[in-house]
Amino acid sequence: MIHADVTLDTLGYFCPMPIIMTSKKIKELGPGQVLEVLSDDEGIKKDMPAWCQSTGHEMLGLEEEGTTPKRVYKAFVKKSAR
Amino acid sequence: MNELKVDTATALAELRETKPDRVTIVLLSGDMDRAMAAFIIATGAAAMGMPVTMFFTFWGLNAIRRKGTPSAAKDWLRRMFGVLNKGGAETLPLSKFHFGGLGTGMMKRVMREHRMPGVPELIETAQDLGVRFIACTTTMGLMGITKETLIEGVDQLAGVTTYLAEAKQGSVNLFI
Repeated sequence: MIHADVTLDTLGYFCPMPIIMTSKKIKELGPGQVLEVLSDDEGIKKDMPAWCQSTGHEMLGLEEEGTTPKRVYKAFVKKSAR
Repeated sequence: MNELKVDTATALAELRETKPDRVTIVLLSGDMDRAMAAFIIATGAAAMGMPVTMFFTFWGLNAIRRKGTPSAAKDWLRRMFGVLNKGGAETLPLSKFHFGGLGTGMMKRVMREHRMPGVPELIETAQDLGVRFIACTTTMGLMGITKETLIEGVDQLAGVTTYLAEAKQGSVNLFI
């Protein structure tokens, strides 16, 4: 279980909205704080690590809950120090 | 004679500095599906922190025209053309199964039900994320489209050299 400082709910949104909402939300966090992103778009599994890699934030992990079609993904992103 | 020694790490850092991961997208098409693809890539790239420039030419200009604005052309030929060629992000037809608006309307309904943003919402998001919009002056003249009939926030009116100057800096250049 990863501790998150802020949770962002993107349930019901498809690509690219979860990533865009994440990129906006992360600006509100302080360096080193952890953002939890809830999504039911399976694309998040690949997209969030890719976004983290190119923006310099750290992908702490991804948790899955429930079964399809009610599966919820929880991505944990640690804001970079800079 | 000085020995020429290249430090790869420094060279790479310098290269990165002079050549950021810039994205340019030329939108030639006025089809809703193609415009959506263009704006989704643009917003996605902007969310990744990449500078993005979009160039609108020919039918692509329709995406950044305000709805219901008449052609400013003086001659009847281009005025007629303006009547036939409707502008506005909300009026773009699907490239397939438009069926006089029926198919496109159905697609929009499905998109709304799935909380998927349409072209107008994607444009707003793109502008919010700092995507630059450039309209092609040549085709604007050709189609009788003036600056006043375009949406707010079109950064520049320019031509092919402006596009190329940006595209040669770009690591992703798309033509849609």
